[in-house]
Amino acid sequence: MNGMMIFKVALRALLRNKVRSILTALGIIVGIAAVIAVVAIGEGASTSMKAQISSMGDNMLIVFGGSMKKGGVHGGSGGFQTLMSEDGEAMSRDYPELIKAYTPLVRSGGQAIYQENNWATQIQGVTPTFVAVRKWDVASGVFFTDADLRAGARVCVVGQTIVDSLFNGQDPIGETFRVRNIPFKVLGVLSKKGTTSMGQDQDDIIIMPLTTVKRVLRRGSFNNVDQLLFSIYDMGQMAEAKRAMSDLLRQRHRLGPTVEDDFTIIDMTEISDMLTSVSSMMTILMAVVASISLLVGGIGIMNIMLVSVTERTREIGLRMAIGAAPVAILLQFLTEAAVLSTLGGVLGILLGVVGAYTVGDINKWPIYVTPISVIISFGFSAFVGIFFGFYPALRASRLNPIDCLRYE
Amino acid sequence: MLIEIQDLKRGYNMGQEDVWALNGVTLQVEKGEFVAIMGHSGSGKSTLLNVLGCLDVPTSGRYILDGTPVAGMNRAALARVRNQKIGFVFQSFNLLSRTTARENVELPMLYNPTAPRGKALHDRAEYLLEHVGLGDRMLHTPGQLSGGQQQRVAIARALMNNPPLLLADEPTGNLDSHASQEIMHYFRKLNEQGQTIVMVTHETDIAAYAKRKIVMRDGKVLP
Repeated sequence: MNGMMIFKVALRALLRNKVRSILTALGIIVGIAAVIAVVAIGEGASTSMKAQISSMGDNMLIVFGGSMKKGGVHGGSGGFQTLMSEDGEAMSRDYPELIKAYTPLVRSGGQAIYQENNWATQIQGVTPTFVAVRKWDVASGVFFTDADLRAGARVCVVGQTIVDSLFNGQDPIGETFRVRNIPFKVLGVLSKKGTTSMGQDQDDIIIMPLTTVKRVLRRGSFNNVDQLLFSIYDMGQMAEAKRAMSDLLRQRHRLGPTVEDDFTIIDMTEISDMLTSVSSMMTILMAVVASISLLVGGIGIMNIMLVSVTERTREIGLRMAIGAAPVAILLQFLTEAAVLSTLGGVLGILLGVVGAYTVGDINKWPIYVTPISVIISFGFSAFVGIFFGFYPALRASRLNPIDCLRYE
Repeated sequence: MLIEIQDLKRGYNMGQEDVWALNGVTLQVEKGEFVAIMGHSGSGKSTLLNVLGCLDVPTSGRYILDGTPVAGMNRAALARVRNQKIGFVFQSFNLLSRTTARENVELPMLYNPTAPRGKALHDRAEYLLEHVGLGDRMLHTPGQLSGGQQQRVAIARALMNNPPLLLADEPTGNLDSHASQEIMHYFRKLNEQGQTIVMVTHETDIAAYAKRKIVMRDGKVLP
């Protein structure tokens, strides 16, 4: 018997007991469907999380000023204005191999007024390198220039939410709105970023030259800033960059060896690592539960195959009498078990994909069916059949043909 | 010489003592013979047939089938001998249920690695089924056939690989007298065409169809 024929014989034997075959395969179907669905939902969640994190910037490193102890009182992060724009410039100058782009950032806020509309929003002052650091360019119009920065020009670019709520969705480029009675001209509209996983609308923002925010809105004279944003060339350099940054800032801020940092460095990989490790842990946990159901399914197959061998004792005897070698009998039953579990696997994969997309649709979850999970599930289902089918098949192949032919 | 058996013994260990189902059988069967093995139950005739059919292995003695010594062969080798040198006809037909007559007949060739596949296989099975008079029943399953028809399917199956030896174990045991006669007539016809047949039976009128009778008692062939 060649492979194709063995397969046909196995398929026919399974079709003779359709209901029993389906019920036996059900364990595998449910197990595989659970694995596929769980992994698809988990992967979807972690993929969308990663996309959101990378949308925040290009390998971004953020330095906050703050948390300095003054007279025994701890300030919170950003509680003290200790960072200078020059700190970041020094960093860029000293480590050109690490720092791809840099911008200082100052924050402000206010009520923007345009004709009969008004809208409270946050205002950030940055340099034109902001575009490179945050991978966030204008969708229409232009970003402000270094000349605008030097002049402290009253210009800005706005997020999509501002366009919608302040300008009623009309093209705002060239229009002028006021904040605290100071007019600002809109040069461009930023591309849409969407909502962060924490629910913050990233498009509800107005970006101005750093100098404008400092001089015009904050009326400050000191040269301090709220944050330093860096873009690092390579993800792998993140730890090195953090260390260099910390050393440099401690040196520039003249902090003695026993004094705590007066700044906090956060890198985006930390956040993304944490989120992905949580989600991958959940995925592993659920995959373990699913594999237990596969194990149970495999035992079900073994059980039914043992019953089948007993039921077909006479058939085995006859096949042996007309010339089936023990190995042919072994292969026949092994193939039967493998076909049963593999068909269960295929049905399970279909059910899992459909189930995952249905659940995702209802809950508005992102779903990502990874090809690797499909391949592994398929292989695993075939393995379960072969593993649990082996013992019954071996028993069948070791039967004595004379006893089989006499079996009632 | 097709079958050469010398001082063949087959013993079973029954608790304390050994029981000899075959106790020194010496037998020779020429090509083209039609032999009936007779004897009461427990005489050892079924054990002899099992050994002749390479289903059972003798405890001691020599067995040469069609020039090949088979006494010391392993299970896989014995399966090959059964496939190519022996056709079996059983008392209870042993057809695969819910499987068509043609597929049942084709079965031995599926285990024969040198046999043709596909259309040649179907053709051979159809030829044999026509030969046993079931040309119009090829796609019927055993459940749709009478006992005599089922046994004829079984005979067609036994002949599929064109074996030199046809072994029949009480081939008419489950048939009425009319069907029994049909089957025996067919056996005689096959034998006249040169087929060697060895048949076990305890019915004298069935044994009468054979050319030669062997009677067994207590594991030995009576002279």
